[in-house]
Parts: sequence; C-alpha cells; structure tokens
Amino acid sequence: MVTYGVAGLGLLGDPTRRAIFEMLARRPSSVGELAQQLPITRPAVSQHLRVLKDGGLVVSRPQGTRRIYRLNPDGVSALRAYLDRIWDEALAAFQKAAEAAVDPEQKEQ
Amino acid sequence: MSTAPTIPAIRGTVTVGVPVERAFSVFTDSFGNWWPPQYHIGQADMAAAILEPRAGGRWYEQGVDGSECDWGRVLAWEPPHRLVVTWQINGEWQYDPDPEHASEIEVRFTADGPGQTTVEVEHRLLERLVDGQAIHDAIVIQGGGWNALLELFAKAVANQD
Repeated sequence: MVTYGVAGLGLLGDPTRRAIFEMLARRPSSVGELAQQLPITRPAVSQHLRVLKDGGLVVSRPQGTRRIYRLNPDGVSALRAYLDRIWDEALAAFQKAAEAAVDPEQKEQ
Repeated sequence: MSTAPTIPAIRGTVTVGVPVERAFSVFTDSFGNWWPPQYHIGQADMAAAILEPRAGGRWYEQGVDGSECDWGRVLAWEPPHRLVVTWQINGEWQYDPDPEHASEIEVRFTADGPGQTTVEVEHRLLERLVDGQAIHDAIVIQGGGWNALLELFAKAVANQD
C-alpha cells in the first residue's frame, strides 16, 4: 500500500542516491559528470538516476549525445524532500552549535 | 493561483540544553556559523550567511568573492520567542524576488526550564514556491502521499534526538 506516495523521502534514504540528488540540486549533470565525483561506476549511477526519475524527483533531456539530468523543477516531491533534508540537517547542526557554545558552569545553574 | 491546493508544511523540532535567550541568539546572530554551508545558492562558495536582526531585514549569503545572494526577508523579529522569515528559493535553487512566490519559515523558542529550550520550525506556504498546476497534478496523481511523508519526517527527526 505504501511506497509511491512516500517515494520522495524514501528514495533519499540511500546515501549514494542522496549524494546524486544533492549534486543535481547544485548543478544539472550527465551520468559521466556524476560518476567522476562518486566512487561508483557509470552503470551504477545510471541505475540510481532511473530510480530517482521513476520517483518523480529527477528529469532528463538529451543534449547532443548525452542526457542531462536535473531535479524536477515542478516536482513537489523533489522540492519537499529536499527541504525536509535541509531542515533535518540544519536543526541537528543548530543543536550542536547551541550546546557547544554554552559555558559548562552556566549549564549547571 | 488562489485555487492551488496547499502542500502540508514541513515541521521540525529540536530540544537544546541552553536558556531560551541563548537559543534565540545562536539561531539568529550566529546563523552563518551553524547553517550547513552546502545549502546555499550563490555561484561562489559561501563565506557567511546573515540574518538582519529586525522586521524587514534581509536574509542573505555572502560569497567568498564578496557577492551577495538574497534568500528572503525577516517578517517578524520577536526575541527571544519567535522569528518569521520568508524563504524565496525556488525549485530551480534560485532566489525569486516575487513576494507572491515567498514561502514562510516560523521559528518558535519555548523555555522548558531555565536551561532547556524547545525550538520548533514550520516551513509553510510551500505551494507558493512552485507552479499551482504542477502541485495539483502531483497531489492528484500521488494521492495521500503527503501525510505519509510528513509522518516519516517526524519520525526521522524524533529518532535524531
């Protein structure tokens, strides 16, 4: 019963896929460009891209002999999953910063 | 536009072991020190992220090359309990100056005791960031996926504590 609707967040549970997603959020790229920056093969990158595309997070279009992948700009899933991710990390970082900055003596009081 | 369906807000909560004034000041004055630096929109690497401490203030990043990129505006500045800012970064990861396309982030700071504060973040009006028809299609096609997504997120945040 699950999966289609929750695809956005579920798909980003895989660290490599999340890395690809975040790279595409920074810059549209081809399979080759992504593979250069990752410790996995081009076919493995292609496989992750197919999953992201099926989940509606990523779109592609041909450019010359290559395909360029980017986040689906109209994709609610893509946007929301990405913002989810950002807040998740941002709040964890905020917690660390707030607690690191406190004087231990003050904390006792 | 006005008939576009809404997207459920993103909500996050974190409890920090510091007084409420301290939590507010770390969140705002030191914003650039804790915000994950990979989440920025400028061409240049981010040198600083700045939240101006007043209603109507700017919220922006400075690149290592001195360039500046807006993220949004401060709508409410109520230290140490509440902050509302706009987030005007769209799905293409670009600043959108049109106020009609501005999503909002409300941050509430609640003292649980003298040395503990709960910080709640609500990122809402997400539907303003993207085209109304696209949202309509996504919700119709994907059915009730948003609630499930929200639950997953809530669980993920809870597990981090």
